[in-house]
Amino acid sequence: MSAGHEAEMIRVDDLHVRFASAAGPVDAVKGVSFRVQPGEVFGLVGESGSGKSTVLRALAGLAAPWQGRLWLAGAELGRHRDRAFCRRVQMVFQDPYGSLHPRFTVDRTLAEALAIHRLDERAARIARVLEDVGLGLAFRFRYPHQLSGGQRQRVAIARALILQPQVLLLDEPTSALDVSVQAEILNLLVRLRAEHGLTMLLVSHNLAVVGHLCQRLAVMRQGEIVETLTVEQLRRGAVDHPYTRGLLLASRGYDRRVAEELLAAE
Amino acid sequence: MSDTTPLLDIAELRIRFPTIDGGWSEAVRGVSLQLARHERLGIVGESGSGKSLTGRAVLGLLPRQAQWSARRLAFAGQALSALAPRQWRALRGRHMAMILQDPKYSLNPVLSVGQQLAEAFRQRDPGLSRRALRKQVLAALAAVRIRDPQRVAGAYPHELSGGMGQRVMIAMMVASGPELLIADEPTSALDVTVQLQVLAILDDLVRAQGTGLIFISHDLHLVASFCDRVLVMYAGRVLEECAAGELHQARHPYTRGLLAAAPDLERPQLELPVLSRDARWREDP
Repeated sequence: MSAGHEAEMIRVDDLHVRFASAAGPVDAVKGVSFRVQPGEVFGLVGESGSGKSTVLRALAGLAAPWQGRLWLAGAELGRHRDRAFCRRVQMVFQDPYGSLHPRFTVDRTLAEALAIHRLDERAARIARVLEDVGLGLAFRFRYPHQLSGGQRQRVAIARALILQPQVLLLDEPTSALDVSVQAEILNLLVRLRAEHGLTMLLVSHNLAVVGHLCQRLAVMRQGEIVETLTVEQLRRGAVDHPYTRGLLLASRGYDRRVAEELLAAE
Repeated sequence: MSDTTPLLDIAELRIRFPTIDGGWSEAVRGVSLQLARHERLGIVGESGSGKSLTGRAVLGLLPRQAQWSARRLAFAGQALSALAPRQWRALRGRHMAMILQDPKYSLNPVLSVGQQLAEAFRQRDPGLSRRALRKQVLAALAAVRIRDPQRVAGAYPHELSGGMGQRVMIAMMVASGPELLIADEPTSALDVTVQLQVLAILDDLVRAQGTGLIFISHDLHLVASFCDRVLVMYAGRVLEECAAGELHQARHPYTRGLLAAAPDLERPQLELPVLSRDARWREDP
């Protein structure tokens, strides 16, 4: 570990991830590097297959063998993620229907995280975190099927938050939700970040969502970062790479001319 | 049938499902709409608003336990409610077709693209020779702007990307030139750039063949940019109807709330306005 890294909460250097497949090895991530400052929200944007989620999973210790170097708060990460890492870094997944145990009450889902990390004062912590994500104690003994999609995503966020992490890894946290529910979850994430000083890494295909939450972002395509820029630059359309420009145009809705260009460029 | 007859005419469509306690759950509660040829009608709403059920009712593809009724459900002047299931089936595919969200579940995984297109065409026209069939398959793929129809015809669904799979679905559905096409979230599973390409292909179809298109989506901004006219559904009813270009000046608080809740890259705001639902919207649109 060299000096100067302490200021960064996340540092990724030349990350490579290769998966085996029937047709031979697939390079899902090919030399990705970026840094995230403490308290910053950094976005990874790209289309399906761009490798954005794989980067997130490599950081969380969930991806297939990776190569390169990863740091968390100045300390280099090895192959194995220990319990201390999991307390500091928590992940929220896209689909709250799939990420909550269907036969666990909210209470049990939250208590399990506390038990794994041998934390006491469980009832008080559960009450506090349910308040924090805007659910309240009335939801404590409900099952996932008794909750709406937005409430489930709040439970998933509460489960991550109950360990008081410093970093949240968010994998498309609102793309399974209706737009009005998405607004509630985005507001919640903005508030939590301010109140807890959280650092966040957000994976999304939605430029508007990234623009709302993040300060900086990297645009990924076919396993590589094509461009890293600030949200301010994105907003102004001050982008360098034609791929980013295409994404920006496509996200503005249907335009016959833009669509013709995309078809012609294929 | 005169030219002024709407392609699709629905009046007070109701769809309900039995509940466990012996009662009924009303999913669609009196929807009326009309669609003209050459028209792209968007139906937007959140999950559970009844937009997909409305589309399925037209095709006669409601789940078995559903009960429906309508004062009028007419396709090109013909009352659909008077049809025997066999007659309704004869309309499907040839005259009215549906495209669903995810091509992965709509294509047969063990048949090549060419085989399943040929199967669909043979059903419509059993007398076709093999050669004519092959020609039709390639022409259908070319019509959805697939560059290399030969290769795609020989490919299996798992070998295609999502956008390509959806184009194959469209090729299959539109090859017979249906007068009515119902597309239920046809691009929601696709990347934004691919989404635009698929929309351009639907756009071609409406322009070239005069197909009437019902485009069902949860994405108000997309619908506003793609369709001619928009219906906003809420809790099984139509709350508001307007020209697509005027959607951003919509008056109903629900529509306004939905529009405001979506983050906008160009107009950033610290906190997104959250929709507060009014119980009266259910009863009094």
